[in-house]
Order: sequence, then structure tokens, then C-alpha cells
Amino acid sequence: MKEIKEKHSLAMRWCHWVNFPMLTIMIWSGMLIYWADDEYKIKLFGHTYFVFFPEWFYKFFHITHRLQEGMAFHFLFMWFFILNGIFYVAYTLISGEWRELVPQKKSFKEAWLVLLHDLHIRKMAPPQKKYNAAQRIAYTAIIIMGIGSVITGLAIYKPVQFYYLTWLCGGYHFARILHFVLTLGYVFFFVIHVVQVFLAGWKNFSSVITGFEVVGNKPKPIIEKANDEEKS
Amino acid sequence: MTKKKVKKPLTPEQKINRRTFLSFGLFGAAAVGGVFGWKWLYNSPDEVTATTGGTRVPLRRALNKTEIAVRRLFYSEKHLVKTYPKSMAAKNVRQNSDVGVESPIDLAAWKLQVTKGNGEKLLIGIEDIKALPKTEIVFDFKCVEGWDQIQYWGGLSFVDFIKHFNLDTETKMDYVGLETPDKLYYVGLDMDSALHPQTLLAYEMNDKPVPLNHGAPLRLIIPVKYGVKNLKRIGSISFSNQRPRDYWAELGYDYFLGL
Repeated sequence: MKEIKEKHSLAMRWCHWVNFPMLTIMIWSGMLIYWADDEYKIKLFGHTYFVFFPEWFYKFFHITHRLQEGMAFHFLFMWFFILNGIFYVAYTLISGEWRELVPQKKSFKEAWLVLLHDLHIRKMAPPQKKYNAAQRIAYTAIIIMGIGSVITGLAIYKPVQFYYLTWLCGGYHFARILHFVLTLGYVFFFVIHVVQVFLAGWKNFSSVITGFEVVGNKPKPIIEKANDEEKS
Repeated sequence: MTKKKVKKPLTPEQKINRRTFLSFGLFGAAAVGGVFGWKWLYNSPDEVTATTGGTRVPLRRALNKTEIAVRRLFYSEKHLVKTYPKSMAAKNVRQNSDVGVESPIDLAAWKLQVTKGNGEKLLIGIEDIKALPKTEIVFDFKCVEGWDQIQYWGGLSFVDFIKHFNLDTETKMDYVGLETPDKLYYVGLDMDSALHPQTLLAYEMNDKPVPLNHGAPLRLIIPVKYGVKNLKRIGSISFSNQRPRDYWAELGYDYFLGL
């Protein structure tokens, strides 16, 4: 018999789907800002491996000469991003859902087993509740990263008024680097996240929209019985 | 007896279909609404250029609210810009823009013109300014583009300037406007930021007179604002209750650009 099994609360789904466009706008407008002083590169032993970002990348996404536009969008939408984040953290804390999300002691060991399982190296995955060990780490890390983006962001947004945040981030210059690196982290998270969603299949995906999964999906007997005893 | 309509309880199958339909319907509607909302914002026209320009009307309206709210909530003249030892100051001081300092100038004839609230004009020579107590600052200069550099400036603090030239009545007004002698570059400052204790009328850079490309003979150093507000080669200072014109605000940037 098919049955509804509640999976994701409305608040979780709301936060997830509000965050997606907000973060997209923040990354896009952040790129418009970064372009104006695009000095970051990966350099090791005097050799430059990658420059953020190559010219074709800027051209492809129409990023050049839009600093003031980027600032306008960034400094407005950051408030929605922050509010949504505060709401999410408050909700998980108050509802107790944080228990499903925060890594446990064993999670760090188990996460390797999950990884090996996902890469088809290991057959068995460790037992789990709503989220497996790797998910617990990832979904908690992304929240810490979000808080990090807000703190580093405020530190470079008003470095004089929020001087204590700027100090906390190791100064204005370093705060900007952290803010940038965190964004790279989101993009990395996004790629893995989307791959995992594809692998997990439609049922899993739709539960983040409907909130439930259908369980106990056994085929119904096709043969009707002669006597019409009703079965529910 | 009347016929009673007995509502059958929904089968699990029906429940599943109903909730799936509703959820996806709402989700789809919200997604479409979001896309249209974004399109409306993205395609909304730019403001008519007056004091500010170059930004989409709804964005500018919202930002005027948020930026002023942040300033009201968090700005304090007690929040000082972090200072550094002189040894950390850059030797090659970065210079980004020549707007306003390209016209020929006769430094010997230069006078600072101050327009008082009653329309009276003061003409102040550089020697009068240099005769007053000097304030020095080594701080992290921040450009709106994203770069920053530790720089060493010296000059007359704006607060001392106000006191010495009896401009206290003028500080009751909301804004200060500064322009280059050729009037090609101009900035507007909120009075609070102008009166911040670290705001300088600078005539020295790295312990030497400010070079021409950095705004000789006198330039503004206002550490609580982005670099674009640090006008080079001051020609005139005026006071107003309306926002004075501002070069970059007309081109789409926030009017205050406070840090």
C-alpha cells in the first residue's frame, strides 16, 4: 500500500528554494563587483596556475564594466539572503531539526564510508537517519560558510562601523579574500549537490517540493476476488 | 429521509496526488512569479539623472532606504578607522583618476573658496591652512573597485578647519559639497562624515607636499568613505541642506558610499 511519509517541513523547503535564487543573485552581483579589481590567482612556487577569471569567462557572462550595478544588487539582496538564513537557523534550532543535521562524533569517520559507497568502491553504506554522515557535514558546513560570508561581507561593506568584524576576519584585505574563497566553496557545493540530486533520482527531488516521499510501494494484486469482500 | 452526501475519506493514492499537485502548482507559480519579479526589476528604467543617476528606479529607492537605515543604526563618530605605523605606508601611492586635476593650475595663485550659509565667501590661502596644527593619519585607503592600500597623509583636520574659520553655523546643515577648481569633479558628503575626527584637508603625502597628480595643493582625505569621495585639488567648499552634486552618484553609485 502506498503511504505518505513526511520528509521535509514547509519551512525547510521555503528556506531552500528562497535561498537558491538569492545566492545566485549574490554570486552574480558579486562577480560584477569582483571584476573591478580582479587580482586573485592560484600561484605556487612562482608559477601562476589559474587567474580569476579568464577574459572569455567575463565576456560570456557579460560581467565587465558593471561595478555600480553589482554593488546596487549586492547591497540590496544581501538583506534577503541574511533574513532567510536567520530564519532557517532559528527554525532548525527551535524545531529540533538540528539534531538530524549537525554531525555526530561518528559522522566524520562514517562520511568516508559514505564517500567510498557513493564512488562505488564500497558496497555498504553506514546506517543513517534522515541524512547520512556526509550530508550532515555538508549541510552544516554550508551554514557555517553562510555565516562566514555574512561576517566577511559585513566586514568589507562597513569596515569602519563594523571594525570588530573586520578585525575578526584578519583585516579588510584578508576579509575580501575570505569572502571570495567562500563563494568558490558555494560553487563547489552546488556542483556536488546537483550531481547527488540527479543520482538520488526523481522521488528524492520531488520530496523537496512536496515535502513527502511515498513509501511501501507494493504492486496491488490484479486479480479480483469472486466474492466482493471489500478490502481497504 | 433526506439523502446524505457521505464524503468518502480520501484514499492514500488520492492524498498523494492531491498534495503533489498542490505542491508543484504552488512551486511552479512561485517560480514563475519570481522570474517575472526579477524581470520587472532588471528591466525597470534607470532614474532620471539628478543628484543620483544610472541606477534602476526601484533599486535606488530601496537602497536609499537601506543605506540610510544602516548609517542611522551603526554610524558613530567614535568608530575610528584603524591606523598603522608610518613604516607600513606605501611608497608608491596608487592613483586612479585624473578627472578634475588635468586642467592647468597656478599653484601660487590657488585659494580655497568657502561659501558660507549666508552667501559670504572666504578665500583662504594654503599658507593659512599650513599655519594651523597639523594632523597626520596612516590608514588603509579603500577603493570602491576593491583594492586597498595603507597610505600616510597629513593636513588640517576638517573639524579644526571648521573651528578656526568660524563655520559652526554651517555645520548645522546636512551636507558639504566640494568641487575641483575646474568643476569637473565634485563630491557631496553628509555632515556627520565630514565632521568625523579623521577627516582631513590634506597637503602632505608621505611627509612631503601632495604631488600634482594626487591633488596638490590641497585634497580631501575622508577615511570613512571610499576613495572616490576623497576629492583631489579642492577648489571650493560649500554647505547645503540639499544633497550637493556628486560625480559618481550621477553615474550609478550610492550617494553616501560610507564605510
